[in-house]
Amino acid sequence: MPSPIPTADDLIRNGYIRRRRAIGTMMALIMFACAALSVFVTTAIVVILVEESWMFFREVPILDFLTGTMWTPVFTDAQFGVLPLLVSTLQVAFLALLIAIPMGTVMAIYLSEYASTAVRETIKPALELLEAVPTVVYGYFALIVMTPFLQKFIPGLAGINLLVPSIILGIMILPYVVSVSEDAMRAVPNGLREGAYALGMSRWQVAFRVVLPGAMSGVTAAYILGMSRAVGETMVVAIAAGQNPNLTFDPREGAATITAYIVQMSLGDLPRGTLAYSTIFSTGLLLFVITLMFNIAGFYLRKRFREVY
Amino acid sequence: MPNTIAADRPSDTLPPPLRPEPESAPLRATIENFNFYYADGFHAIRNVSMPILDRQVTALIGPSGCGKSTLLRALNRMHDLYPGNRYEGRITLLPEGTNLIGREMDPVMVRLRIGMVFQKPNPFPKSIYENVAAGLRVRGISDRRVIDEAVEIALRRAAIWDETKDRLHKSAYELSGGQQQRLCIARALAPNPEILLLDEPTSALDPIATAKIEELIDEIGKETTVVIVTHNMQQASRISARTAFMYLGELIEFGETSQIFTNPRHPRTEHYITGRYG
Repeated sequence: MPSPIPTADDLIRNGYIRRRRAIGTMMALIMFACAALSVFVTTAIVVILVEESWMFFREVPILDFLTGTMWTPVFTDAQFGVLPLLVSTLQVAFLALLIAIPMGTVMAIYLSEYASTAVRETIKPALELLEAVPTVVYGYFALIVMTPFLQKFIPGLAGINLLVPSIILGIMILPYVVSVSEDAMRAVPNGLREGAYALGMSRWQVAFRVVLPGAMSGVTAAYILGMSRAVGETMVVAIAAGQNPNLTFDPREGAATITAYIVQMSLGDLPRGTLAYSTIFSTGLLLFVITLMFNIAGFYLRKRFREVY
Repeated sequence: MPNTIAADRPSDTLPPPLRPEPESAPLRATIENFNFYYADGFHAIRNVSMPILDRQVTALIGPSGCGKSTLLRALNRMHDLYPGNRYEGRITLLPEGTNLIGREMDPVMVRLRIGMVFQKPNPFPKSIYENVAAGLRVRGISDRRVIDEAVEIALRRAAIWDETKDRLHKSAYELSGGQQQRLCIARALAPNPEILLLDEPTSALDPIATAKIEELIDEIGKETTVVIVTHNMQQASRISARTAFMYLGELIEFGETSQIFTNPRHPRTEHYITGRYG
């Protein structure tokens, strides 16, 4: 009785290998097309951004744009100093990180070094649920719940302000910071922990003297990527920080961020081709450059921490 | 007075490697003037020629870095997974006479003919049954009865049927290390490979698990051609019909296992098997 299992020669003879090769070639083509499409879309976006900004920067010198303190693109006497938008954007990101970094680091240490498996398996999904909340909900939560509440404790806190959206943003990027830093900490080899324990270190000493330094580049990457998300976040600040381009260093006041400005302008009916219209692209380009820098920095740090062990 | 340090120096003090003598037993493959270069230019195998006997166990022995694993992995073109590696010479699969390392030969086709088991057990994250069925499915077999039967035969040949028949659909990771390795042997055997390669299959296992695997290799070797790389010389002497001793990429001596271990012809072989180096 012949064996029911085909030999390699049977497979060639009955065409199976040929079909399998054809499928392989087709799949490689499809996968390449998908990869190429994403590259194409990204390139197209950047090209359009740069092209439209080009019109803007022909009229407004780049130095005036970056150092001017007045942002009034739709006024008769239009001013194109982006500093008010830039300062509030960076302020929000900085304050958000002030919340997300300490909390995120401590939570990551807890999850990686202290929590039992059962606790970790409960907390991590709960934390990831925070990421599932639509950002518009966060925005209204900031405006309608958090701001009135905090106005009782913080004198001079305006109804529209930078502080509350920053806090909310900090909480929003927390899950991301926690999960990336926790991955970095768990990637620290157990041999290092055992070595530290064998020296007589206590649990928290191991966590802060060995695990955290060992995972530092990954943890820093988490901070930077968190920052880049905070800079790019739109909905929360558009709703709770207002649309007034106000150059201020006082987070109790409201001020428009770059993203909030872009939302405002895109919703309005600015005629195409005007200088005011092209500010959408020039501010968009600025935002893109900022987040790109953070992402590149984060990428290199992450790559480094992967190679350490 | 013999000086072992001098004996390790270039072979002006020692005779050149011995060419294998012609075999009268039926052959499954021949390796002729085989050279292998890694991508970094390292010349890992130098002019190796040897036969592989049909339905016998051939053992490759030698100190670490001698090229025995490299030679084994050349037999199913595993080196093609990494760019820049280069083969020279000829490895002929008999009786068809195809050259396994020929330029026109698709490595995937070679691997459909020649099975392999690795140093560490590497079952897939699937059930025991699906692990053994994996090789059948990639050959386009979907008939449930055919697969059921082939899985049972393979598990029996790998001497693990009794331990697994009541939990075929449980995860392979629930098995012990030794059981996982026998499962990997069953997985490799299921599609009836023309040659089965074993790369130090017991080096990660305890002595009892090792003994079981040696026993089953002995059985498998009666029906299938087996090539095994081993560090364990007792293992080679217990289970193989022919032994090849390699050193620094060269085949120093090839012969009947009993002859290699009781009456080695080359002084370097003698040094190795008596434990003077390696």
